Amino acid sequence: MGDTAVVVGFGNVIGATTLEKVRAATIALEANPPLGTLDIMPAFTTITVVYDPAIPGGYAAFQERLLACLQMVKRLRRGMVTTLTIPVCYGGEFGPDLGLVAQGAKLSERMAIASHARPKYIVGAVGFAPGFPYLAGLPIKLHTPRRSNPRLKVPAGSVGIGGKQTGIYPQESPGGWHLIGRTPLKLFNAEEGYPSLLKTGDQVQFKAITAEEFAAWK
Amino acid sequence: MEIKVIRPGMLTTVQDLGRHGISSTGVTEGGAMDKFALGLANLLVGNAPNAPALEITLTGPELEFSSDTLIAITGAEIEGIEHAQPVKINAGCRLDLPVVRKGCRAYLAVAGGFTIEPILNGAGTDLRAQLGGFKGRALRADDVLSATAVKRETHGRWKLSPTLFPAYSASPEVRVLPGTEMDEFGETFWKTEFEISTQSDRMGYRLKGHQLKRDSSRELISSAAIPGTVQVPPEGNPIVLMADAQTLGGYPRIAHVAQVDMPLLAQLRAGDHVSFRKIELEEAQALAIQRVRDFNRLEVGLREKLR
Repeated sequence: MGDTAVVVGFGNVIGATTLEKVRAATIALEANPPLGTLDIMPAFTTITVVYDPAIPGGYAAFQERLLACLQMVKRLRRGMVTTLTIPVCYGGEFGPDLGLVAQGAKLSERMAIASHARPKYIVGAVGFAPGFPYLAGLPIKLHTPRRSNPRLKVPAGSVGIGGKQTGIYPQESPGGWHLIGRTPLKLFNAEEGYPSLLKTGDQVQFKAITAEEFAAWK
Repeated sequence: MEIKVIRPGMLTTVQDLGRHGISSTGVTEGGAMDKFALGLANLLVGNAPNAPALEITLTGPELEFSSDTLIAITGAEIEGIEHAQPVKINAGCRLDLPVVRKGCRAYLAVAGGFTIEPILNGAGTDLRAQLGGFKGRALRADDVLSATAVKRETHGRWKLSPTLFPAYSASPEVRVLPGTEMDEFGETFWKTEFEISTQSDRMGYRLKGHQLKRDSSRELISSAAIPGTVQVPPEGNPIVLMADAQTLGGYPRIAHVAQVDMPLLAQLRAGDHVSFRKIELEEAQALAIQRVRDFNRLEVGLREKLR
């Protein structure tokens, strides 16, 4: 990609198998980055490796080192994938679009919540905004096109549905996804060494909590 | 030493050479739009190239310096002050930089460098995430920046030849490499001149003049987006991603700007024009290596002239 990045592809299907491969290769690259690497960016079906175009040997030498490193990729072992439980208070003022999403799915609000909280999601990528996770694995019933008029202010922690994906807004920002709930967890903290709570390839399990539990969360 | 902001100018931010190693968390690379100019401004006052400096946009600030020091301005040219040369500033002096005469973004470095606590591998201001730089925002009147006070002087009279700079112009030809989806677009992109629209900022430049038609409706899976990527949204007006590019993108990519020509884009204003020429990867990398060599030579040469 241009003169500063190489894209490593893992097919063209977003799913658990692909994301496991992406995660395994990311771990290998981060542990042993080829000389000249500036950044490693995993997302859905690719890893983009940004490098310094002025390194000796240029792209040809970099690609050789990159391939050598990718040869070392091991299968993911248990323990290399983190599963995080994310508490969410669904509906009400925290999830103003829950009714609409439920209606679209022909479910009651309670069933829509159960349906959203049931699967184990995988983080397909973190981007759009610092710490924003795109989660793959949303039940087909809940797929909802983005809002035609995006909100100018989506509160931090809002859990949304945009098309086939679900995600969480880490900061207050504009946004076009349907909001179904809110988590009290902080997804991005610039003061931390690794500022994002979630990484590409992590597994996420939502857990419904009450408004009282939300308020009491520390 | 303190530098007080009397008037902030249109958009004055602290920047450096950008953040690396952090894009997987969604944090943009950021840093100076014209990284060559920021590096050069630092060299001219004896700093390391990556020291935090001010990026000034179209209208400059008025600043008050508490001690004698040396500054340098590079990139865009500002009326009433030497361009790309160390300038002596006396204690108590108010430096007024109202008008950017040529180009869009000027860089002001101060000897010793602005004191900015780095965050997430960088000192630059990320305006969207409101982090880094001075309180995560553009400068305002009455802000007080500090800088390490150092005594540095220049020796003799000299001036850098503009041939050492990128070929800045208000209608440059920018060299690009083919993008992943280049073949899904016709030849229009290569044969025409585009105008920089007013919807252009540190995140990206929206070009206008010719809408590009894509002969495929294949949906793409989002992947990393980086500064220099030229993407084409469905309405057909290309967008060149700049320093504060979002880290993910799902639009087709027609081209990628060669790293060495990013400064040319950084200096364009709304209404300026740009055209694109395709080059090979080997050529782009040879140019990148040459740029680094020239810069290193400048660094050595300037060390002699500053003490």
